[in-house]
Amino acid sequence: MSTAATGTPAGTTALSKGSTPEPGDAPGRGRNPVVARLTDVGFWADWAALVGLVALVVVFTVLDPSFLSSGNVTGMLSASAALVILAVAQTFVVATAGIDLSIASVTTLGIVVLGQLYVADQPLWVCFVGAVLASLLAGLVNGLLVAKAKITDFVVTLGMLSAASGLALVLSDGQPVTVTEGFFFDISLDGPVEMVSWIVVIAVVVAVLAHVVLYHTRFGTHVLATGGSPEAATATGISTARVKVAVYAIAGLLAGIAAIIIVARLGSTPPAANTSYLLNSVAAVVLGGVSLFGGRASILGPVFGALLLTVLLNGLTTLGVSQYYQPLSVGVVVVAAAFLMRFQK
Amino acid sequence: MTSLEKDPAGGTTTATRPILEARNVSLSFGSVRALRDVDVTVAAGEITALVGDNGAGKSTLVRCFSGVHKPQAGEILLDGEPVSFSTPEAARAAGIETVHQNLALVEDLTVWQNLFLNRELTRFGMLDRKRMRTEAQKMVAELAVNVPEVTARVRRLSGGQRQAVSICRAAGFSSRLVIMDEPTAALGVQETARVEQLILKLRDEGHAVLLISHNFDQVMRLSQQVWVMRAGRCVAGRRTDATTGQEIVGLITGAIPG
Ligand SMILES: Nc1ncnc2c1ncn2[C@@H]1O[C@H](COP(=O)(O)OP(=O)(O)O)[C@@H](O)[C@H]1O
Ligand SMILES: [Mg+2]
Repeated sequence: MSTAATGTPAGTTALSKGSTPEPGDAPGRGRNPVVARLTDVGFWADWAALVGLVALVVVFTVLDPSFLSSGNVTGMLSASAALVILAVAQTFVVATAGIDLSIASVTTLGIVVLGQLYVADQPLWVCFVGAVLASLLAGLVNGLLVAKAKITDFVVTLGMLSAASGLALVLSDGQPVTVTEGFFFDISLDGPVEMVSWIVVIAVVVAVLAHVVLYHTRFGTHVLATGGSPEAATATGISTARVKVAVYAIAGLLAGIAAIIIVARLGSTPPAANTSYLLNSVAAVVLGGVSLFGGRASILGPVFGALLLTVLLNGLTTLGVSQYYQPLSVGVVVVAAAFLMRFQK
Repeated sequence: MTSLEKDPAGGTTTATRPILEARNVSLSFGSVRALRDVDVTVAAGEITALVGDNGAGKSTLVRCFSGVHKPQAGEILLDGEPVSFSTPEAARAAGIETVHQNLALVEDLTVWQNLFLNRELTRFGMLDRKRMRTEAQKMVAELAVNVPEVTARVRRLSGGQRQAVSICRAAGFSSRLVIMDEPTAALGVQETARVEQLILKLRDEGHAVLLISHNFDQVMRLSQQVWVMRAGRCVAGRRTDATTGQEIVGLITGAIPG
């Protein structure tokens, strides 16, 4: 943990030391810095998701050159959009040392509300606002129960997982709605540039905004402080309860946006929660080097994590590997990543 | 109750006007009576020491001053005016900064982020990271401590360096009273000496300091006034130059009733 504190015998030199460690220091200081970095396992842990992503792309391309065809890249990017947004959502919660197990169910709730408003002949914008509001509300309830009622995040969001999927089934009567609106095809198939659809643009915008919020606003600092040391945060006057309510609400809001994207891709509103979104969002966060104990987070890491998982599943499919092996491969990759994180600086 | 009448040297009346005063402050945690009718004053421009055995209620008392706890009875006066801090934020806004016993720093954040925690500078709603780094550098340099780069994460600092950061934060933001709960308890000899210099510097710059310490030599060296707590009560107050380490020990243990 605090290597500097415990490593110095009774603090004999620590304060008087002129030179002090800098954030980017690798253990092998003094050697060639590039070599030192590359031989430092901590460096690989920090960039696990990006390194893994590049490695997978190379391997799959070697095995099947059509992997990088424009059609397949377009498909993969579109397929990753919802997961990227959910990974960003999960990141905010995990940064406060919480977890949102309800994220996939809350997404499904948004999907179903969208579908029900759509069959009720509501204008498209009402469908969107309804979906986002429903998910936001579920997130808000999570946050209030965790922060104000002080029930463990695990229990609250597990309860919401069940409640939101149940509500989705009730509202939809278990039936999907087919959405034939041209707008949905447009945003999932067209885009500003080759290979990039509008839903990918939405995901990028969400990620950029999330990065700005986390690193360039007071709120972002308070999120990290709440996760890093709730006592310290409280002592400086930060309301950790308010921060927690906010992160669960943000997770709900983003789940609502993910719901719109999923409907756009599928052209229908599946009423049953897709639990792989839950597992993969947590997996992307772990792959992205975000500490599950809170206090350390990035947006770029989980985004790469989400891309890695999408590439992994797509690559295995292209290679004709049975669907049954896919969850197995995700599990192996995530546990391997979690193991690597132990060496993180 | 306190030794107001018992002390012929007039030891309890502080030399200058009190900046902070606790009157009959009581607080219980369930059946544990952590504070019972505590009367304490802290004078402007002085270092006031608060001593007592473990569990005597020292930390609880300063947490009342810093807005963490709310007294169940009695009142707290700041500059003679009754105040009631419902949050640490309120106490900080009133100019009371606290260096808590369990260092209140976020290890995963950098030195400058900790110095400006919940006091962040913004421009157009966005963090002004550059200005905070520069200002943090200044805060640290002004106190002339060899703290590390302000861009280093607290996790990488030694105990003494962390304490220096905590004290820098408390000294900044034009605070008037700096409360320190056992600031040198976890430090080595040299680090302790450095922190003591810092404490004296704070006083010389005009901050009032309330210092909790188990180190009698330190109390005798630094303070002008000593308050002794025992089992939730403030049993005695002495001017430091009118008492001895021995008397203080006697008051703490109860060998001298106080
Ligand atoms: N948050 C709390 N909840 C319950 N009891 C507490 C709490 N804080 C302090 N106490 C109790 O109050 C008494 C005084 O504690 P404290 O103020 O920490 O003493 P000191 O700082 O003098 O060692 C102790 O008996 C302690 O166990
Ligand atoms: Mg204490």
